Amino acid sequence: MSGATAPAAPPKPVPVGDERLANISLASRILRRPEIGALLAAVVVAIFFWTQSSLFLQLDGIANWTDVASTIGIPAVMVALLMIGGEFDLSAGVMTGTAGLTMGVLATEVGMNIWFAIVLTLIGATAIGFANGYMVMKTKLPSFIVTLATFFILQGANLGVTKVITDQVTVGGIDLAAGYSSANSIFGGSFGSHDFRITVLWWIAITLLATWVLTRTRTGNWIFGVGGDANAARNVGVPVERVKIGLFMATSFVCALTGIMIALRLASTQAGQGVGEEFQYIIAAVVGGCVLTGGFGSAIGAALGATIIGMAFIGIQFSGWNTDWRFLFLGVILLVAVLVNNYIRKRAEGARR
Amino acid sequence: MKRLATLAALALVVAACGSSSDDNAGDNASDDSSEDVQLTQGSDLTIAMVTHSDEGSFWSVVKKGAEQAAKDEGVKLVWSPSNNDPEKEAQLIDAAISQKVDGLAVSVPNPDAIKAALQKAKDANIPIITLNSGADQFKALGAITHVGQDEAIAGQAAGARFKDEGAKKVLCIIHEQGNVGLNQRCDGVKQGFGGDVQNLQVKGTADVATTQTEIKSKLQADKSFDAVIALNPDIANAAATAVKGASSEAKLATFDLNPDVTKRIKDGSIQFAVDQQQYLQGYLPIVFLKLFKTNANTVGGGQPVLTGPGFVDQSNVDTVEKLAGEGTR
Repeated sequence: MSGATAPAAPPKPVPVGDERLANISLASRILRRPEIGALLAAVVVAIFFWTQSSLFLQLDGIANWTDVASTIGIPAVMVALLMIGGEFDLSAGVMTGTAGLTMGVLATEVGMNIWFAIVLTLIGATAIGFANGYMVMKTKLPSFIVTLATFFILQGANLGVTKVITDQVTVGGIDLAAGYSSANSIFGGSFGSHDFRITVLWWIAITLLATWVLTRTRTGNWIFGVGGDANAARNVGVPVERVKIGLFMATSFVCALTGIMIALRLASTQAGQGVGEEFQYIIAAVVGGCVLTGGFGSAIGAALGATIIGMAFIGIQFSGWNTDWRFLFLGVILLVAVLVNNYIRKRAEGARR
Repeated sequence: MKRLATLAALALVVAACGSSSDDNAGDNASDDSSEDVQLTQGSDLTIAMVTHSDEGSFWSVVKKGAEQAAKDEGVKLVWSPSNNDPEKEAQLIDAAISQKVDGLAVSVPNPDAIKAALQKAKDANIPIITLNSGADQFKALGAITHVGQDEAIAGQAAGARFKDEGAKKVLCIIHEQGNVGLNQRCDGVKQGFGGDVQNLQVKGTADVATTQTEIKSKLQADKSFDAVIALNPDIANAAATAVKGASSEAKLATFDLNPDVTKRIKDGSIQFAVDQQQYLQGYLPIVFLKLFKTNANTVGGGQPVLTGPGFVDQSNVDTVEKLAGEGTR
């Protein structure tokens, strides 16, 4: 799939006979989707880079920027759900490094089969997510603070533990572990004659799954509820703590999965991997229509936000612009995307929000 | 044998530095490269340089070298820095392959991470040259040569120079945890010096103030150090203040240059700087790749092409300072 031309999710079905929604047109229902601005912004950015280099919209080029977008997009989708639920996870980026290192050490130093190492790593990451959520719930501290602590703890552990075990700052030679080729073909490899990354398929799958949970299940309603107004949600019987802790666990799980994908692909991880990436995830979610205060947003929007970041990153290379200015370009493109997004949403929503 | 060849190459580079400016060692044609090279017109070439650059003062000089070479050789340059992120570096190499570049110059701080991407480049018949880091990996990665400084040899040269100047005990300051190259430099200093060399792990470039205090305390606690070597210009600047603050008589040297270092070489608070001439690390790969594409030349004879160590001291600091101001040293 090329993210740029992905169709927006079908609008929420209108319950038959509900007169409160009966007079709203299809067009304005589509325009009210949180991701519609991000979709238009993505199209604008894609066309812009296509005018700079025709390679940008050829399959070879698309394979490149969907590659970049997917490893941002997979965590970003889950980070978006967490944000909709009213919480942040600053440890999301460094978690990708922790997971890659854990799997690498288990596979190379302990000599474990790589599949076994993956399962243990995912269990460990989910436990860290639980600890994040549990502490936020018990201490009532902002998740910003709690997960910032986790961020530092993991960053320090990544360097310290890696050095103690390997005497280096990297874990290499993961490709020599038993089970590597099968694991890599599922998590790290590529497919087709244009070398599309397998992570792109995971990204699409996780986006669809998250969208389904968010829009079609009771859990999805709960997530919007706890993010919009936790007290009100609690009063109508939503298990607020369980929902939020679950979101933290799922976020850590998905970030760890991403870290595993990166480590398998590169056959090595370094101790600094992932530090700072959490902001890319949050930016992708916000570009995709998530509100920093919670209660509003979408998974597809976050995926589109990641698409825009990926397109900007590779587009700048294809255009042959002076890379001294890369982060300036990236910042401007993101700002434009957010402004387009905001403008469209405000126009579409009218006085509703 | 290998060692001999490396030393010979070193001698050649040192001689070239001494004589005045860079004399490209680019005429070692070898016969075994004639296989399936498609000779191309130079003006049609596009060469991508994908580095782990942090865009700091060091890498801006590399970039300038690459840009000048592209201009001189009439080729198109795609400069892609990846800010120390191996995943991004691999993705940028992939993107360069999609762009169907005619040559690829890459720095290799983490060979495993970009091995697959480089294999893809080879499959696409794109010649590769490694630069800066990767001297011991370039053959395994299928690069036609490597352009850079051998850290151990550079360390040995610095150690030997301290010995010549009559130092008895050297302090080698490591400013990054677990950076393999820095440890190789200090090990080299130990070999070249042949005497007492101690390593000091400091906090590093993110907190130079604390680093300065650490060095000062060390020199105050042990007055027998009569030589100090820093491995980074910022650390060297802090070390100079620390030496003064500790009322130590120790001579100070550093790896790599910046304006503070040239100023301190002039006023004598730094004796010399080991210069890896990173301008060449940007310039030469472009020239070598063009020669390979247009004339099937390979350089280095299976050995890395060394860009250092050159020395900057009071004898040549004025010239170098002027060039550093122009961003080429």
